[in-house]
Amino acid sequence: MIEVSGVNKTFVLGDSTVHALADINLRIEQGEYVSVMGPSGSGKSTLLNMLGLLDRPDNGRYSLNGVDTQTLDENERARLRREQIGFVFQSYHLIARLTARENVEMPLMLAGVPAKERHEAVAGILEKLGIAKRADHLPNQLSGGERQRVAIGRSIVMKPALLLADEPTGNLDSRSGAEVTQILENLNREGITLLIVTHDNSMGDRARRRIRMVDGAVATDKTFEHVA
Amino acid sequence: MRLLDLLRFSILALRRQRFRSAMLLTAVGLGVSAVVILTALGEGARGYVLGEFAYLGTDTVIMIPGRKETTGGMPPMTGVAAHAITLEEMEVLQRAVPGVTSLAPMVMGNGPVSYKSRERDSMVVGTTAAFFPLRKLEIAQGSGLPELALGEGKQVAVIGQKLKEALFDSGRAVGQWIRLRDYRFRVVGVLAGSGDSFGADLSEAIFIPVASAQAVFNVHGLFRVTLKVKENYQVEAVKSAIAKQMQALHNGELDVTIISPDAMLSTFDSILRVMTLGVAGIGAISLVVSGILVMNVTLMSVKQRTAEIGLLKALGAPSSQVRTLFLTEAGLIAAAGAVLGILVGHGVVLIGAKVYPGVPFATPAWALWASLALAIGTALLFAWLPAQQAADMEPVDALGKK
Repeated sequence: MIEVSGVNKTFVLGDSTVHALADINLRIEQGEYVSVMGPSGSGKSTLLNMLGLLDRPDNGRYSLNGVDTQTLDENERARLRREQIGFVFQSYHLIARLTARENVEMPLMLAGVPAKERHEAVAGILEKLGIAKRADHLPNQLSGGERQRVAIGRSIVMKPALLLADEPTGNLDSRSGAEVTQILENLNREGITLLIVTHDNSMGDRARRRIRMVDGAVATDKTFEHVA
Repeated sequence: MRLLDLLRFSILALRRQRFRSAMLLTAVGLGVSAVVILTALGEGARGYVLGEFAYLGTDTVIMIPGRKETTGGMPPMTGVAAHAITLEEMEVLQRAVPGVTSLAPMVMGNGPVSYKSRERDSMVVGTTAAFFPLRKLEIAQGSGLPELALGEGKQVAVIGQKLKEALFDSGRAVGQWIRLRDYRFRVVGVLAGSGDSFGADLSEAIFIPVASAQAVFNVHGLFRVTLKVKENYQVEAVKSAIAKQMQALHNGELDVTIISPDAMLSTFDSILRVMTLGVAGIGAISLVVSGILVMNVTLMSVKQRTAEIGLLKALGAPSSQVRTLFLTEAGLIAAAGAVLGILVGHGVVLIGAKVYPGVPFATPAWALWASLALAIGTALLFAWLPAQQAADMEPVDALGKK
């Protein structure tokens, strides 16, 4: 479903040019569980942003579910993000003035879904993520783990095919981190394509397919039959 | 996004930035209330002047000696016209011009009016019985001036309410003899009401027969003549008939000016309308200035909520939707400020109307709608630039900012 070929991305920092993505070729099938690891500055976040259509590569081809994305304008890219991609960020990116429920509802609201349908759709998700009781709390009244669960709820409310998580447990203690990881893996088992960017080996090693990046290029790309 | 959700989202955002919202509300409110108050002042002035003209009625014509020419040269000063208008000529007019029902000649002067030891400097109006109905003046006590032949003098006077109080307090004035210069007059009537007319307070005046006034002030010419046009006669036709007659009387020279209040009314009306628009424009400037504040505040808001903009884009909000969100916030606060401004402005106008009951202060409906539309329009216009900036952000750049 994801096909990337010959993708490059460079940044100019001062008078040096940084190759954030260097000739990336990648193919990820629907339902895969992929971790992307590497030292900071290795281009793993840039890869995630590029796959999430938040960023544009300088050249190369990226097709998502058969759609060539490099020819799309910003509105069409926005539509693809809305319908096919969910994001989970390290710093949650919740809107502080909205309750947990409203944050989860946000993508439906932007899409113009009527309030009643939104409530029905969100109720099940809150229940499943174990935050139904905290639904009417504001983000600053929630623990880190709860906030990340709200963010995950928001990322899946539009039933995307692809879930991109950038250091999803980076700000969490080990127990809530484990819970969040569990939730993400459960979603993957239900069929969603899960791509996690992390520099935490213990988390990265849980994925069947592990990509290691160095200096913007894919150093290793291994798939394991059995997962620890 | 549904309208209700859009409004709710915007209101929540505005409530998060209370101080800035309050600042905008005040700025827009001030601008709108300025428009409301200034147009009320303009309309009040217009209503006041029109009301004064309405006293004269549309069926009267005023004749004054001398002629204002627009062909150059010095305009004649009052009273130095080649030919004065005389009472004898008025007798001719009354007989010869069929369209004139009644006429009230006026001789004006000032003089000390005294009763016993009390004395007051007063405006003296020499005129006829026809003057009172023509100027819609009512008699409170006694009667008006008696019907006399134009050239006939008589020692009788009608006095205004304030003059009566100054000389007699609450005592009876009718029947008493008062003194004006070297002449004695018997009071036959007292005017009702304040009698404010064209800036002159007639309630402080004394009215005596025109021939008597000519004797008191030793003048021959008339200061002004008010003529009433008969029903079913065209004012303009009567005007030219009078002019023709006067020209004949003055050896073929047309040296009188004949004005119909109707024509002046429409001139004043249009002048004052422009004035109202002018002051409304001054108020509108303050509204436009508040637009610059709207731009600044929206710019601040966009900078501060960059991460949120990034998130909205990541969630699939197209650029137009991001722009709409920020425009809605600006539009909402402008609308709220405008409503507040209209309420405050209206309050001030109501208080003004209470303090100055003589002036008909009222904000015209068009000013309300125009200020509301201008407030929202300016806010949207000035918020457009920062809102477009938000819309144009690259999602990855916006998300990365804190």
